[in-house]
Amino acid sequence: MSTTATSPVQGKPQPEKNGGPAVSAKPVTWKLPVTLSVLATLAFIFFGLLGPQGNAKFGVSSGGDFFQLPAIEVPAFLSGIVLSMILLGLAGYALVLKARNNQRPPRWVPAVFTVVFVVAFLIWVVGGARTPSISLAGLIAGSVTLAVPIVFGSLSGVLCERAGVVNIAIEGQLLGGAFTAALVASLTHNPYLGLLAAAVAGALVSMVLALFSIKYVVNQIIVGVVLNVLVSGLTGFLFSTVMQSDPEKYNSPGELPNIDIPVLSGIPVIGPILFKQSVVGYLMYIAVIVIWIGLFKTKWGLRVRAVGEHPQAADTLGIKVNATRFWNVTIGGAVAGIGGSFFTLVAIDSFTKEISGGRGFIALAAMILGRWNPIGAFFAALLFGFADNLQSIVTIIGTPVPSQFMAMLPYVVTVFAVAGLVGRSRPPAADGIPYVKG
Amino acid sequence: MSENTEPRPAAAPDPDRLPAAQTTAVEPEPLEDDADFVTSLDTAGGAHQPSAVPVSAQSGTLPGAPEEESVLRKIFTGNGIVTILAVLLALILGGLLIAMTDKVVGTTAGYFFARPSDFLAAVWSAATESYVALFQGAVYNPRGTGAAGQFAPLMETLTIATPLITAGLGVALAFRAGLFNIGAQGQIIMAGILASWVGFALHLPTGLHLLLVLVAGVIGGAVWGGIVGVLKARTGAHEVIVTIMFNYIALYFLRYLLDTDLFQRPGADTPISPIVDPSAAYPLIFGSQYRLHLGFLLAIAATVFVSWLLNRSTIGFEFRAVGANPKAALTAGINVSRATILVMTIAGGLAGLAGVAQVAGTEKVLTDGVAATYGFDAITVALLGRSSPWGTFAAGLLFGAFRAGAVQMQIQTGTPIDIVLVVQSLIVLFIAAPPLVRAIFGLNPRKKKAATAGKTKQAATTGGAA
Repeated sequence: MSTTATSPVQGKPQPEKNGGPAVSAKPVTWKLPVTLSVLATLAFIFFGLLGPQGNAKFGVSSGGDFFQLPAIEVPAFLSGIVLSMILLGLAGYALVLKARNNQRPPRWVPAVFTVVFVVAFLIWVVGGARTPSISLAGLIAGSVTLAVPIVFGSLSGVLCERAGVVNIAIEGQLLGGAFTAALVASLTHNPYLGLLAAAVAGALVSMVLALFSIKYVVNQIIVGVVLNVLVSGLTGFLFSTVMQSDPEKYNSPGELPNIDIPVLSGIPVIGPILFKQSVVGYLMYIAVIVIWIGLFKTKWGLRVRAVGEHPQAADTLGIKVNATRFWNVTIGGAVAGIGGSFFTLVAIDSFTKEISGGRGFIALAAMILGRWNPIGAFFAALLFGFADNLQSIVTIIGTPVPSQFMAMLPYVVTVFAVAGLVGRSRPPAADGIPYVKG
Repeated sequence: MSENTEPRPAAAPDPDRLPAAQTTAVEPEPLEDDADFVTSLDTAGGAHQPSAVPVSAQSGTLPGAPEEESVLRKIFTGNGIVTILAVLLALILGGLLIAMTDKVVGTTAGYFFARPSDFLAAVWSAATESYVALFQGAVYNPRGTGAAGQFAPLMETLTIATPLITAGLGVALAFRAGLFNIGAQGQIIMAGILASWVGFALHLPTGLHLLLVLVAGVIGGAVWGGIVGVLKARTGAHEVIVTIMFNYIALYFLRYLLDTDLFQRPGADTPISPIVDPSAAYPLIFGSQYRLHLGFLLAIAATVFVSWLLNRSTIGFEFRAVGANPKAALTAGINVSRATILVMTIAGGLAGLAGVAQVAGTEKVLTDGVAATYGFDAITVALLGRSSPWGTFAAGLLFGAFRAGAVQMQIQTGTPIDIVLVVQSLIVLFIAAPPLVRAIFGLNPRKKKAATAGKTKQAATTGGAA
């Protein structure tokens, strides 16, 4: 295990290795600048030149806010031009950096680009709609709500994959959590017990994943794929036989109440997002922060990451690789299980077959887009929740863009992300590789 | 991974390659990821014991396979017996699940200690009734009218097995090259879109029309799979993620199309396409009394083709070599990128055949449920078949039987179809972990037993000493 072999894996720049000071070991490719340029050009043509002529109106305040802000009304055509010029500028900056200095653009460039692109897109969509007016507050609050299970799912993914176990079973964990939450909450008439049971169910699904992938060294992707089918079959079977035999008794969990924090929840836009959530919603924020601190600021996190990056080295230092993996996967399952309870305890107050509807896979995508970082995954999940919410809003206000394409967007973005076209995302080095001592 | 530095430069087909002196630094990451992933996917070439991982079993024909064992031992601990025991175990667990939720079982459990025999009889009858119904719905129904009616379930099984087999072959082929093709679902959909459009929009003479439908469908699937191959080869994007995403993209694309005038049946409120022309439909093999169509014969042909491709052709050898150890394959002068793209294209084409079987054979229309869950089932089919062509064929028949029988089972006994998913996934889980199955049936190789026995003895002695 020589250093030359391992350090490029970790992506550390090694200027001295190739002589030229400008060249780092991490390659600077044309991918990002070119992708940005293409997107900016498309934005200029569609959002700018071919943009709608009317105004787009964004309501900022909702009725319950303690002070009201006026709605923002922007001319769609003009803002389309201006915003796409900014996009072109950013893309040009990236191109120049690559051409002149062979440098990759600073990290804020793709971030700002994404934000500006989304805003321009939003103005274009709303401006071209039959009723060119939407509530921004509602849009954002709805996005956060829709993102909750995705965030939990991606956190589960982060916990597992940082320790080196690929978790394709997020979907199964969400579904298992949703089912158990509904069942237990119905039987005990206590949604909080349902929440707890969801965590246990998610952990149990995870333990099967851990058992098979760690003890029996079965390929983790296979176990994940199969577990999804297994949980889908089990919950579907029990739903048809048990729950439907007596929905009153087995499938009527109460709802977890929304907890409003006084005053703070009245702040426009931010209030409903941060201070007007269900317990699961608040848990989401807590989980993101706790997991981020845990992974990057504590001894435990360092060990977990060591196990995920270089299990041999970790083992040499006395870290129990497989035990760490086992417990991480289990905790990840519990986190995803809590996310699953969102479906049955917050969103809809009963369980139906396949209620998670593929969100576990979106969570997987969010984790990748967020580069295996809890906070990154959180924002990526928000983006997906945003696309999801926008899709339903777009159908209501009637826009030229078919809603199916809006629904497709998160998946396309993910493909771009894993293909390295919008920034490179690199999994932990030992992700998916079982560790066998010896 | 210690040998990472070696194969890096040659495999990077990166368009913006730096001058030769710097090539070692060009795009190492995708390949690193790539290589690491592949190692993890196929442990036959990796550092891990091959016996525990099913993917490795695919390359069992390659030299350097597990150590020699006696013939008898092989029979009792080998893959064959494990497969049978895994199926048995999964059926038993499924039966227990059925019994658990059965009403009669519930009531008899109430007085279990008074009369346990009632309870056991109820468990037995609940499970067996369901399985008997399953069998009658899948293979042979004694109550059918005449031989034709009695064998109708078998024909239904073959019909349902057709897309499972071809899509399963696609997944299996990719497995052999070390790739996880989760995308059969999307490939079936894309094939269905193209094939159905040719089927209902063009009006061509018999023969030519069906041929075009077939070609269009296969191309649809092949392109959808091929893109994944290109992305994997050129950018190192992991195929599992890409194929999952492509499934959704294909599904939403299909939904969009079914919303447009181009695809929606005139006058229909639901998203459904016009019926394909009779000239574009597969002829029925045994006449109009069964749904079994030409697609099944094509599935057999596809199995023969894949078998030849893998075992007799140069490309197939390259696929297997790449699957066994991509680094070694690269060193041996095999173009890994080309093999990746090619294998995904062929895999997509095979899944496309399943799409054609759906729109030109079984369904004759395009709906957003054209792929049902065939694409996902295909993964379990390929895993159960251990990624060998004929194994996949057999597994496709078995799962086709489950599917066909489950419908009958639900009608007769009220057992939900979902039980099939449970049994299927349990089968694959157990097959993937032979040590678990052997442990449950007490068939672990003696060597291990001796070792553990020795250990316990040792522990006992040390414990005694302390």
